[in-house]
Amino acid sequence: MPAEFTFPDNAAKAADAAPEFETEKMSLSMGPSHPSTHGVLRLQLEIDGEIVTKCDPVLGYLHRGDEKIAENMTYNQFVPYTDRLDYIAPLANNVAYAIAVERLAKLEVPPRCQAIRVIICELARISSHLLGLGAYGIDVGAWSIFLYTFTEREKLYKLFEELTGARFTTSYTRIGGLARDVPAGWNDRVLAFCDQFLPILDEVLALLTRNKIFMDRTVDIGVISKADAIAYGLTGPNLRGSGVPFDLRKDAPYSGYEKYEFDVPVGTKGDCYDRYLCRGEEMKQSVRIVRQAIASFPGGDWYVKDARRIFAPPKEKILTSMEELINNFMIVTEGPQIPAGEVYFEAENPKGTLGFFIVSKGGGVPWRMKIRSPSFCNLSILPKVCVGTFVSDVVSILGSLDFVMGEADR
Amino acid sequence: MATDIIATIIARFPGAAARASGDHPAVSVPAAAAPAVLQAVREEFGYDFLVDVTAVDWGLEAAVRFTVVWHLFSTVAHGYLRVTADCTDNAAPAMASAVPLWPTANWHERETFDLLGITFTGHPDLRRILMWEGYPYHPLRKDFPLAGIEVPLHDPEIAAETGITLIAAPMAGGPFVASPGEMNLTEAEPRAKDESWNEASAKPTA
Repeated sequence: MPAEFTFPDNAAKAADAAPEFETEKMSLSMGPSHPSTHGVLRLQLEIDGEIVTKCDPVLGYLHRGDEKIAENMTYNQFVPYTDRLDYIAPLANNVAYAIAVERLAKLEVPPRCQAIRVIICELARISSHLLGLGAYGIDVGAWSIFLYTFTEREKLYKLFEELTGARFTTSYTRIGGLARDVPAGWNDRVLAFCDQFLPILDEVLALLTRNKIFMDRTVDIGVISKADAIAYGLTGPNLRGSGVPFDLRKDAPYSGYEKYEFDVPVGTKGDCYDRYLCRGEEMKQSVRIVRQAIASFPGGDWYVKDARRIFAPPKEKILTSMEELINNFMIVTEGPQIPAGEVYFEAENPKGTLGFFIVSKGGGVPWRMKIRSPSFCNLSILPKVCVGTFVSDVVSILGSLDFVMGEADR
Repeated sequence: MATDIIATIIARFPGAAARASGDHPAVSVPAAAAPAVLQAVREEFGYDFLVDVTAVDWGLEAAVRFTVVWHLFSTVAHGYLRVTADCTDNAAPAMASAVPLWPTANWHERETFDLLGITFTGHPDLRRILMWEGYPYHPLRKDFPLAGIEVPLHDPEIAAETGITLIAAPMAGGPFVASPGEMNLTEAEPRAKDESWNEASAKPTA
C-alpha cells in the first residue's frame, strides 16, 4: 500500500523546489485582527506561494505597561492587574503573584489557604485548557467542541463567581492570604462539577483524538524538538508536548503541591497533536488534584494571623477596635510592609510558568517588578517553527501554542 | 550544591561576588565576564534553561544605574540561579548578548532594550518589541513619568499626504494622575463642560 500523501510532505517538496519553479515572494500581514491569532498578535509573513518562508511576530498591541504600573502602587493594589495578564485563568495569576510577594516577606500561609489556592489553580487550569481546546477546535474546523467546552466553562464561572464575587476578574488573593474563605458547601459543588465533568471531557476528547480531519491538521505539524523547546524557553504543555517532563508542581513544589499525587503527561514528537494530548490529560490530572485537595481539606485559618503589617485584620475587628482600625488604615494607605530584598518565583500556570521577579527596597511598593510571561516565551519560537509550513498550518501551530496576548504584551 | 557553584564562580572569575538574595543562590559578576559565566554555569553546572533576562534601573542618583539580571533553571538539579552584572556606563548601558547561548534570550533582550534602553552587543536583531518602531523613550526607566510622554502617533507618510498630524488619544495626565495646579477634571474631560442638562435642569427637548 503506498504511503498516504500528507500536507507536510507537500510543504517540504515545495520548499525544495528547483529555482525555476520559484515564484515571487509575497508579504502577508496576518493579524492583529485575525480570528486565529486569539487576540492582537500580528505575524508579518513572507510567503512563497502557499509556503511560509519567513515569519516575524509583531507584539505590543496590548502593551499596558503593567511593570511600570506595579512600581507605582502597593502590593495589594496590583492584584487586579494580575487578573489581566492571562485573563483566561486569572485565579492562577493571583496565586502566583501572592506567593511571589510572600516569598519576599518570608510568609508561610496556613494549610487551608494553600489547599484553597491549589483547588482554584487547578480549576483555572481546567478552565484555560477548555478554552484552548474549544478555540483550537474552531481553528482547525471542529466547531462543536467549542460548544461543549464553553458549557463546562460556564459551570466553572458559576463556581468562581460564588467564591470570588466575579466571573472573570477574580482578584481573589491577598498578600498573606485570600480575599475571603470558601463559602459553605462550595467544595461539594466543586466535587459535583468534577463528577459530571470527566464523562463530558472524555466525550469531547473522543470527538478529536481519532478524528481524521483533526489529525490531518495536527499530526506532524509544527514539530518542536526537545532541544529547541528548552533553548527557546518554552514552558507548560508546549514544553511537555516536546517530551520534556518539566512541571514546577513536581520540580519545585509550592503551595503544598508535593502532598498530592498526579502524573505529568509528556508528548513524544512535539507536534501540535502532542500538545493537544497533553492538555487533554492535564485536565484529568487537575480533577485528580482537586479531589485530593478537597478530600484532605484542612480546617483552621485561611490567612496569616501573625503578619500584622501585611494582612488586614478581620472586618468585624476593624469596625469595633481602634488598634485594628489604625492597622487596617496603614495597610490600605501605605501598603503591606514588605522587607527589602530580591526574589524570583515561578508558578506552573495553565499556559506555562508565570514568573515574578520582585526587587524591594522595603515598604509597600516594589522598586521593580518583572513579569516573566509564558506566552511571550512560547511565541518566540514562531519564527523558527513556522518556516516551511503552509499558511493554513500557521493557524494550527498558533492554536496549539495556546497563548494569550494579555500576558505576552503585559 | 548551590553554594558550591557560587564559590566556584567567585574563585574562577575575579570580581565576582555573592549577591544578597531572598530565595535562590545569586552571584554578581563583572559585565565583561558575564558571557563566560553564563556559558560555564550552562555547560558545567547544568543550568540549561534560561528562564528570564531583565534589568533593574536603580535611579538617576545611583552610582551604578543599570543591573542586568539572568535567571537560570537547572532541569537536572531542579533549582534556580540568579546571575547579575552591573552595566559600566550609566549614560549608554550595554551588555553582551546571551543569544549565542540561548535563542530565548533574543526576545527577552529585545524587551529589555525596548523598556530600559540597554544595548545588547552581539544581538542579531535588536529592535523594539513592545513599543513601536521609532518610539523615542524607554518607559521603564525611573526618569520616565508614569503618566507617559505624548509622542505623535501618526504615520509620517500619511501625514505628508493628508496634512493630518493629530494625536489619536491624548493622555490628559494619564491614569492615577491628578497633579495639583495643572489640568483640572473639567479641562481634562471636555464632555464635563457640556452643562446643557444635568441633575438640576432637565435635558432640553429638541
